[in-house]
Amino acid sequence: MAGADGDDSLYPIAVLIDELRNEDVQLRLNSIKKLSTIALALGVERTRTELLPFLTDTIYDEDEVLLALAEQLGNFTMLVGGPEYVHCLLPPLESLATVEETVVRDKAVESLRKISQEHSPVDLEVHFEPLVKRLASGDWFTSRTSACGLFSVCYPRVSSTVKAEIRQHFRTLCSDDTPMVRRAAASKLGEFAKVLEPEYVKSDIISLFTALASDEQDSVRLLAVEACVSIATLLPQEDLETLVMPTLRQAAEDKSWRVRYMVADKFSELQKAVGSEITKNDLVPAFQNLLKDCEAEVRAAAANKVKEFCENLPEDNREQIIMTHILPCVKELVSDTNQHVKSALASVIMGLSTILGKDNTIEHLLPLFLAQLKDECPEVRLNIISNLDCVNEVIGIRQLSQSLLPAIVELAEDAKWRVRLAIIEYMPLLAGQLGVEFFDEKLNTLCMAWLIDHVYAIREAATCNLMKLVEKFGAEWAQNTIVPKVLGMANDPNYLHRMTTLFCINALSEACGQEITTKQMLPVVLKMSNDQVANVRFNVAKSLQKIGPVLDSNALQTEVKPVLEKLATDSDMDVKYFAQEAISGTFCFHPPSTKSLNFNLLNFLFLFFLCSSGPRITIPNQQLKAEISCKQNYTFTGYLLMFRNNW
Amino acid sequence: MKCFSRYLPYLFRPPSTILSSTCHTEADIISTVEFNSTGELLATGDKGGRVVVFQREQESKSQPHRRGEYNVYSTFQSHEPEFDYLKSLEIEEKINKIKWLPQQNAAYFLLSTNDKTVKLWKISERDKRPEGYNLKDEDGRIRDPSTITSLRVPVLQPMDLMVEATARRIFSNAHTYHINSISVNSDLQTFISTDDLRVNLWNLEITDRSFNIVDIKPANMEELTEVITSAEFHPQQCHTFAYSSSKGSIRLCDMRLAALCDKHCKYFEEPEDPATRSFFSEIISSISDVKFSHNGRYLMTRDYLTVKVWDLQMENKPVETYQVHDYLRGKLCSLYENDCIFDKFECVWNGSDSVIMTGSYNNFFRMFDRNTKRDVTLEASRENSKPRAILKPRKVCVGGKRRKDEISVDSLDFSKKILHTTWHPHENIIAVAATNNLYIFQDKVN
Repeated sequence: MAGADGDDSLYPIAVLIDELRNEDVQLRLNSIKKLSTIALALGVERTRTELLPFLTDTIYDEDEVLLALAEQLGNFTMLVGGPEYVHCLLPPLESLATVEETVVRDKAVESLRKISQEHSPVDLEVHFEPLVKRLASGDWFTSRTSACGLFSVCYPRVSSTVKAEIRQHFRTLCSDDTPMVRRAAASKLGEFAKVLEPEYVKSDIISLFTALASDEQDSVRLLAVEACVSIATLLPQEDLETLVMPTLRQAAEDKSWRVRYMVADKFSELQKAVGSEITKNDLVPAFQNLLKDCEAEVRAAAANKVKEFCENLPEDNREQIIMTHILPCVKELVSDTNQHVKSALASVIMGLSTILGKDNTIEHLLPLFLAQLKDECPEVRLNIISNLDCVNEVIGIRQLSQSLLPAIVELAEDAKWRVRLAIIEYMPLLAGQLGVEFFDEKLNTLCMAWLIDHVYAIREAATCNLMKLVEKFGAEWAQNTIVPKVLGMANDPNYLHRMTTLFCINALSEACGQEITTKQMLPVVLKMSNDQVANVRFNVAKSLQKIGPVLDSNALQTEVKPVLEKLATDSDMDVKYFAQEAISGTFCFHPPSTKSLNFNLLNFLFLFFLCSSGPRITIPNQQLKAEISCKQNYTFTGYLLMFRNNW
Repeated sequence: MKCFSRYLPYLFRPPSTILSSTCHTEADIISTVEFNSTGELLATGDKGGRVVVFQREQESKSQPHRRGEYNVYSTFQSHEPEFDYLKSLEIEEKINKIKWLPQQNAAYFLLSTNDKTVKLWKISERDKRPEGYNLKDEDGRIRDPSTITSLRVPVLQPMDLMVEATARRIFSNAHTYHINSISVNSDLQTFISTDDLRVNLWNLEITDRSFNIVDIKPANMEELTEVITSAEFHPQQCHTFAYSSSKGSIRLCDMRLAALCDKHCKYFEEPEDPATRSFFSEIISSISDVKFSHNGRYLMTRDYLTVKVWDLQMENKPVETYQVHDYLRGKLCSLYENDCIFDKFECVWNGSDSVIMTGSYNNFFRMFDRNTKRDVTLEASRENSKPRAILKPRKVCVGGKRRKDEISVDSLDFSKKILHTTWHPHENIIAVAATNNLYIFQDKVN
């Protein structure tokens, strides 16, 4: 124990202990997170006799503190003296397992499960199992729900009499009065079934499962579907038909859409669990029904599973099942009334082409893809475009390109900027699949148009897109097609477009390589250092710093340095600052004077958040003057709005 | 009604009110009152955004008659006045409804709502506090760090009971119109909040999203013909809820059928009697409150003049109709002029669904025994109630001749209205909110 070591080592611990009850939550949280340090300083005995009793009663705290405490206690075994004393951790975790906040309770249960492994079989029966029983028969449902998660960890390691008791407790909780507890039991049913002896799975679990699956509350029934997966994997194939399938069939046709939704959502797992024979006979018709369900949510969930379901069908007659049973339903879904259903389908439908092969894809799937590419909902079109790679492998993209182009153009000009943003992100992928010729012919203009979009996020994504395209098509292509256009924007009357040139150069310099950067880009950047707008000038400084590593030292010394030095004496404070930053960054043997650094520090902090790339805000009056003197065609409010967009 | 006599008149007022009922501020007016599921606690909300929770005294040997007395347990400010800057609207702090959650651990939970925001409150007790600091001595003086030679772990010591109320969740930004009711689902996982045109479904643990399950807003607001006035979950079937409309109809929805409940599965409406049709017919048929019976078989609705009981199996007419204050039928014109006709009276069942209670004017409230078909008018007032006396039935005279003890219709005080009442879930204890006074009546013990 500490003490003799002197005050230096004790003081920080003393602070930590005192802060366990500080009024500031953040400090308490901090202390709780360093609980192991405190325990280490106190030693194992005082931890057991003083710290843990104190923590057991500290359940009044904020959720985040309790959550941290519950987590810490799961790793505390060594700090209380090793496995021999691990049961000392049970009281605080027990009280945490009864709080009303689900996340805290779950964390406490998680920690209890963890430390249960560290109990010796004797301790497990003497200390742990009684705790589980106490929780299971607690007055409040919070404790009973926590108990549900603990049965499975202690069951395998206790004597057969205790096992019988545990099974009895679990049975009781499955028919608890409160739906909360029944839900907890239903969600742990599968896990519990796994640790049970096979004979009890049949005798106990099946009856509980059937009861929960026909519970009066649909919130309980839907959880039984999940249990169905694990129970089905535990039973031999010949028992499935009689023991599980009646319940599963009933769930797939449940009156409540939420239960059917759950079946649809778990369909692939169910399919794997019940095996191919039952899949063929039972699940295929069930899946058809789910795809035709009257509730859109169910249809959407089922549509999401179409690809996975088809993939996992038994090989021998997979194609036949898909063509005769699944595809007709899919065809209907393409013209569904609900856009979420359509977009769920669109996100997986392309995957069917690999399963069905070239001929079927061209004959049956292609018309569907084309229909979806013309869908009124942008999300559907986007989902199709984002999954083009699957089709490309099977039939090549040329088949689609005629319909693809109008769809892309329409999305590219969509009124919602988030839709435009989404399509930009797929551009490199599309370019790769469509090839450079098609791209130059049809899509290049779109990519350039995005550079002058009125939303900053789009302009930014467009620059990034250019970089990826150059990486794909190479520097030569860049030099011929995009670099001239980008550099042309340097003379644009709108300063935002001029800045876009700089951002593009930042992004492209590395991909284009030293020659293009030095010969074509650098002169433009240097010329822009005389721009009227300070925003452009300080971005010149930033650009020079950025492209510095790509340039050779000759160009750096003879061309870049003089310009930066000139900018460092600019009348504008921020231009000066960034120029000095660039100088010190590029030519590290010229550290900036401390004076100017201090001078700019405040300004820098201000800028740090507000304008690392967009228009800046400095002292409004100055800025306003600058704007007016530039005779730009925007008002001050317009400027602020753009600023918000950039955010 | 024979069984219902007053044994002990309790009169509670929100703290900080001035004792004289003629001199109260607007903020003290009680706007909702609700027992919890065991009846041990009773909560009131007022126009000032405060919630007052009363707790029933435990039986003690020395004062056996005090059993049943409700004392203030906790008082807290649930809602504050706010301003919606986007719509330039003031949001009142008035508590529109309070609903208790079934008890889940030693603490109590309730939902309170104003026009826009629902809050989940936790009311918990604390009777221990940690003692012993390392850096401070017993008197709170900072100790010199160099004198710290050993570590002290704080010890919890008993202290006076402290009741704390903390806002655990805030469910906001989901309602464009005014919330008129909230209801907790029997699955203990979800609740609904209802405004004039929409019903939203929330998970009690998730505040950042809710699902709109009913939306009756027409595309063109000029076509608006009815609004939702109240909604409630079925007490046992977690998938069923009912909502009432200003047109006097009730719709029953089944959440199993579809995610959106715009289509109802049952529609309760009584055809209008052409003989009594008047200018006010539509206004007085508007339902101000809908309540499921505890057994879940019946629905009770309150409109301006009547209380109706509907069997869930019969949609075309109510099984029982009770006149609350039919004598006002002739005075609708003046009630329209002083806006009283728009008052929203609530109604409650007793624990066994055999008696119905609802409010009226002049501090009167009415009870109807569904088995004997007897009814009674009682008055909540301090002036004529002596402790341990039996509450005397009151009568309003309708004819020309006024008998002794009777009150003429013209002398009723329409400013004294009883809108909010609640009945203990198991016992004959009722709480009646009369403007800023809360009366708790109880029938004979033994």
